[in-house]
Amino acid sequence: MKRGLDGPAPEERPTPAGRRNKQGIRIDPEVEATHDPRRTVISALVKHEPGVLSDVSGLFSRRQFNIESLTVGPTEDEERARITVVVEEPDPGIDQIKKQLRKLVPVISVRELEPDAMRRELALVKVSADRPDQVAAVAEMYGGKTVDSCPETATIEITGARQKIEAAVETFSQFGIREISRTGLTALARGTDETAAPSSAGVAADEMNRQDEHPHTQTADDD
Amino acid sequence: MSERAAKVTPTEADEQDDDQITDSAAPDAATDDTESATATTPTPVTNGAQSVVRALENAGVEYAFGVQGGAIMPVYDALYDSEIYHVTMAHEQAAAHAADAYGIVSGEPGICLATSGPGATNLVTGIADADMDSDPLVALTGQVPTEFVGNDAFQETDTTGVTKPVTKDNTFASDSDRVGTDVSEAFALAREGRPGPTLVDLPKDVTNGETETEPDEPKTPDTYHVQERADAEIVAAAAERLENAARPVMLLGGGVIKGEASEACREFAIEHEIPVVTTMPGIGAFPEDHELSMEMAGMHGTGFANMAITHCDTMLAIGTRFDDRLTGGIETFAPDAEIIHIDIDPAEISKNIYADYPLVGDAETVVDQLSAAVETSPEAKKWRAQCQQWKSDYSMAYDAPEDEPVQPEFVVEALDEATADDTIVTTGVGQHQMWACQYWTYTEPRTWVSSHGLGTMGYGLPAAIGARLAADDDQDVVCIDGDGSFLMTLQELSVAVRENLDITVAVLNNEYIGMVRQWQDAFFEGRHSASDYHWMPEFDKLAEAFGAAGFRIDDYDDVAETIEAAIDYDGPSVIDVHIDPEANVYPMVPSGGDNGQFALTEDQL
Repeated sequence: MKRGLDGPAPEERPTPAGRRNKQGIRIDPEVEATHDPRRTVISALVKHEPGVLSDVSGLFSRRQFNIESLTVGPTEDEERARITVVVEEPDPGIDQIKKQLRKLVPVISVRELEPDAMRRELALVKVSADRPDQVAAVAEMYGGKTVDSCPETATIEITGARQKIEAAVETFSQFGIREISRTGLTALARGTDETAAPSSAGVAADEMNRQDEHPHTQTADDD
Repeated sequence: MSERAAKVTPTEADEQDDDQITDSAAPDAATDDTESATATTPTPVTNGAQSVVRALENAGVEYAFGVQGGAIMPVYDALYDSEIYHVTMAHEQAAAHAADAYGIVSGEPGICLATSGPGATNLVTGIADADMDSDPLVALTGQVPTEFVGNDAFQETDTTGVTKPVTKDNTFASDSDRVGTDVSEAFALAREGRPGPTLVDLPKDVTNGETETEPDEPKTPDTYHVQERADAEIVAAAAERLENAARPVMLLGGGVIKGEASEACREFAIEHEIPVVTTMPGIGAFPEDHELSMEMAGMHGTGFANMAITHCDTMLAIGTRFDDRLTGGIETFAPDAEIIHIDIDPAEISKNIYADYPLVGDAETVVDQLSAAVETSPEAKKWRAQCQQWKSDYSMAYDAPEDEPVQPEFVVEALDEATADDTIVTTGVGQHQMWACQYWTYTEPRTWVSSHGLGTMGYGLPAAIGARLAADDDQDVVCIDGDGSFLMTLQELSVAVRENLDITVAVLNNEYIGMVRQWQDAFFEGRHSASDYHWMPEFDKLAEAFGAAGFRIDDYDDVAETIEAAIDYDGPSVIDVHIDPEANVYPMVPSGGDNGQFALTEDQL
């Protein structure tokens, strides 16, 4: 007996002219256009309750979002905490991250910070103390503070934008770095601009409707 | 941290000592806010478990599905005095599937219960299934007493941790005064917005703990927002696009049915004469016997549906998440189409397929908005004629010679013919499920009950139990199952017999994991690794051993008569249908393939 169904074979059928890229966006069939990943900071105000950090980190791992750092801490309101995430994704991925975060019930509001937002990270760098004067000079150059010293080691605290920390670590490496601990980035919007606050709920609802059309600018870290 | 500080009552914490709550338990701290709640209820609650059951009663729950066990015993004790009818299942997975199907058919969250540890982990498959299909479901799990949590106590599992990725939301109840409201909130969250499964983990000391606090009415937490109406500007732009479409298609997903938008979509499609394609969960949203129906698209969708979505220039997609089984390869999905996407979940917009016109909102509300904005129907006469041409070019007609083994398509059509239009069909997962999609003509929403996103073999029978209790008494419930799927949950026949549930199970038996065998033939050089059972129990006799009616079909001559007898039987019946073991499902788009290049025969793959 005949197996299968009748009808024109695949090669006999008309084919459409168009094509989509991997992100489901219609593109000129002649060009291979994909969005480049960009680094950005997303701030989320969440209910300060057990499990919320694992909700957020679990979301990132199971949806394969690339995160560079994730920090959490209390806010001025003891019932709320702020989570700051540095992500590196193409625009559609960043859009998804914001939307998926908003879906979590304990999440109050979510916002992607402007490139000019204040961003800071703290690092503790423990180096060998063979050349204490030079260590102190480098620490001073980066506005660092020696928080511990003994005959063998000195530990310097540095705060600043990611690039500054990295430059400092690079410079300290000449002394022999024993250990480093970094906090990951925390950030706030400038001036009267609210970072991610309940009052931005209206903005969030508005963003739900509109495609976020962010310029492909690499957000510069401030110093 | 939280206002929900854990309140441990150590005297009641012993796992074995659950007979009595002593009067010496610490007096409740929250008696001051009970005055408002007790006035309307005849019997005030006295402990957390009663508050849990009261929350379900307040929500209008009529049925619950579950399995008893140590840590959930206080809740079951409270159920003993309740009007809620509890169906004891043979396995917790089946409780979750039954509750899931109950939710699909009734539109209200289905309730399942299980104890801690293995009870809770057995629910997980069913919860994950509900999560993938956005089915409203509330799972209540027992948990070891709070002071033992984290100590690897007997039957302890981190249930909220395990289920977090597969629930819409879950909660660890930490306060007897609050536990009823936790359940109310879980119920509201399961139902509101995009539905989904929620879970409340119930430590035994919290359910046993004294409280007089009545639960609040079901209400979502204040951080949960649902947008009902779409942005008017985008609606206007989308309407203009539709008016100017030359090749429009409507793609209806499961969200149309969940959002009660089937009627609005039908009116819209018919008024503007737009061909309609559905996803698998969208089956029933549009009558398949209507001229405009192109039926289901995707991997095993009809050829004409796949031609329509491949060649359309405008797609009005409603309540669909553009799953890979629908889209095939993203690059070739509706590549000429501007997409108008209506969904209540903003995260679905442009997740897989970019939406040119993103419309976030409730399906019915937004279709009404769109309907009001569209002034002229698209000029698409030629396109409609093309669609009709595809319907005849790629007809689903199959070969069924008398001297060959029974073809499964014929059995599905015979079952459809023997039952009324409003009959509910449940299925397992695999070839039989695809034949049930393709060869049954669905005309009403909430009559197709299946495991779509998760693809859970064994879903069919427990789903039929849940669907039976949610359906009208005069509605038939038919489970079209596969032999492999049936074997995974057939212990639930004991429940169907005990509860005397009128369901008919038709097992399309080919003694294979048939879909795997089909793929092995197509992509693994016919090497039937672990897909060939060689032997199956006699399902008709097995049914009889359970106390159900058993039937068997071997030839075409038996089909109509046997089906009639099985449907007529007042109670659970099982037909063991010995189908052609070599039968395959076509059309077929290989995983990640081009929908327009669907194969009609194996050599086209």
